[in-house]
Amino acid sequence: MLKAFYHLLARDLRLAFRSRHELANPLIFFVLVVSLFPLAVTPSADLLMVMAPGVIWVSALLSVLLSLDRLFKQDYEDGSLDQLMLSPNPLVILVLAKVFAHWLLTGLPLVLIAPLLGMFMYVPDEAISTLIFSLLLGTPVLSLVGAIGVSLTVAVNRGGVLLSLIILPLYIPILIFGANAVDVASDGMSVRGQLLFLAAVLALAISLAPLATAVALRITASR
Amino acid sequence: MFKRIWGWIQRFSSPKHFYSISGKMIPWFAISAIFLGVYGLYMGLFVAPTDYQQGESYRIIFIHVPAAWMSMFIYVVMAVSAGIGLIWQIKLADMIAAASAPIGAWFTFIALVTGSLWGKPMWGAYWVWDARLTSELILLFLYFGYMALQSSIEDQRTADKASGLLAIVGVVNIPIIHYSVQWWNTLHQGATVSKLDKPSMHVDMLIPLLVMAIAAKLFYAAIVLVRARNQVLYRERNRQWVRELVEKL
Amino acid sequence: MNGSEFSWSEFFNMGGYAVFVWTSYGLALVMVVANIVSPIIERKRVISRIKRAIRRETNTGKAG
Repeated sequence: MLKAFYHLLARDLRLAFRSRHELANPLIFFVLVVSLFPLAVTPSADLLMVMAPGVIWVSALLSVLLSLDRLFKQDYEDGSLDQLMLSPNPLVILVLAKVFAHWLLTGLPLVLIAPLLGMFMYVPDEAISTLIFSLLLGTPVLSLVGAIGVSLTVAVNRGGVLLSLIILPLYIPILIFGANAVDVASDGMSVRGQLLFLAAVLALAISLAPLATAVALRITASR
Repeated sequence: MFKRIWGWIQRFSSPKHFYSISGKMIPWFAISAIFLGVYGLYMGLFVAPTDYQQGESYRIIFIHVPAAWMSMFIYVVMAVSAGIGLIWQIKLADMIAAASAPIGAWFTFIALVTGSLWGKPMWGAYWVWDARLTSELILLFLYFGYMALQSSIEDQRTADKASGLLAIVGVVNIPIIHYSVQWWNTLHQGATVSKLDKPSMHVDMLIPLLVMAIAAKLFYAAIVLVRARNQVLYRERNRQWVRELVEKL
Repeated sequence: MNGSEFSWSEFFNMGGYAVFVWTSYGLALVMVVANIVSPIIERKRVISRIKRAIRRETNTGKAG
């Protein structure tokens, strides 16, 4: 079972690295959206500092959302998803491997580049670590919950808007707690509660979301 | 014993049997909904005393609160019947779930609009990011997502199962969303004094509120059955019994 | 409606909140009517669709 997990993970990573430019797209999108705000609102540090946590978190949300497509869509179209579902390994494990690969390829880069964006948006130095930690706990949940949405819409043509309609409301708790953690850390207060909440949601998502995704795939992707 | 119950459930939930039974139930639900609704309106508009803080504007409560209760109640009913449809493959449960969504969305919409109409005299603004209104707004998005998914998948069985799973995921999420919105609201509570929360509840105010809530439930029961019957006719349109029935109409 | 004589104009005025209260009740009425009318229209449409299908089938049956 572990072997199947590693095997699929390695396959997805290898496939992704074959088209490297595509790999960078969500990351560029993330940076681009955040840098639109100073242009649209004001470059003044006072205002940007107030908006920073929200802007960075919303941009991360959208960036993950746009990259969700490659989680199952390609596999569905070329038929390799059918093979996965026919394999003797439990589908939940395979789903977990695919989601983990997706997070390594989109979520983790966002986490790593976040300090730069924090600098762009004048996030105080003492809040940068919170920004990283909150994204580190939050982005896997975005991938996990997003996987449910993708698997539900995998057979729908032009399902992009539909996917956001389904998934964005479910992202709200992560957005609230993630952005607030950064906000509170900027004021120099403790953010243990917020981070614990994010960790709890992550634990819940890891245990339940792959199950729901597996069920969803059996419903929609079987031909 | 178990087998007998199972057999009974299957017989009752066969679309044909449901169609004839529900036809007899609808008038009862409709009549009692009208009766209670009129009684509730009379009690609410004529008998209930004026609120000493909010004046007459509080009478919106008799619309707003039942609508808000219904919006959540219907979502739960939808998720539970979708779950039954998903696990035990009972087609009727899927139809009830699909028939519930538009009614639930309507109630949510009414709760939102009446909430904001109540907010104007109380807060001085039509929209305030109050915890309850925000939760209702998110609930409306959840309904829209369900309906969009349901209508965008062509195969009926797949559409039922996929949107049913989404409803279940939504219902698991609702407490988390609710809690985080509540928490978010207490952080940002500036000028908003949540007057919507506790209008001092006189018994004469409570009775019409509860009567209206029950009337709304009965109304939902009648309408959901009518809608589910439409679904039965449409989905079983190639069956002999539907054809015989339609020819008589 | 403070204990003294009941007057309709006072009732409709709703203590100055007439716009808010009656808009709310009006919208609720619209919602109730819409929820009654739309499934009835839907039912008629479904029934006429099935009838058409039956007619088409019996016609082709005769022709063939």
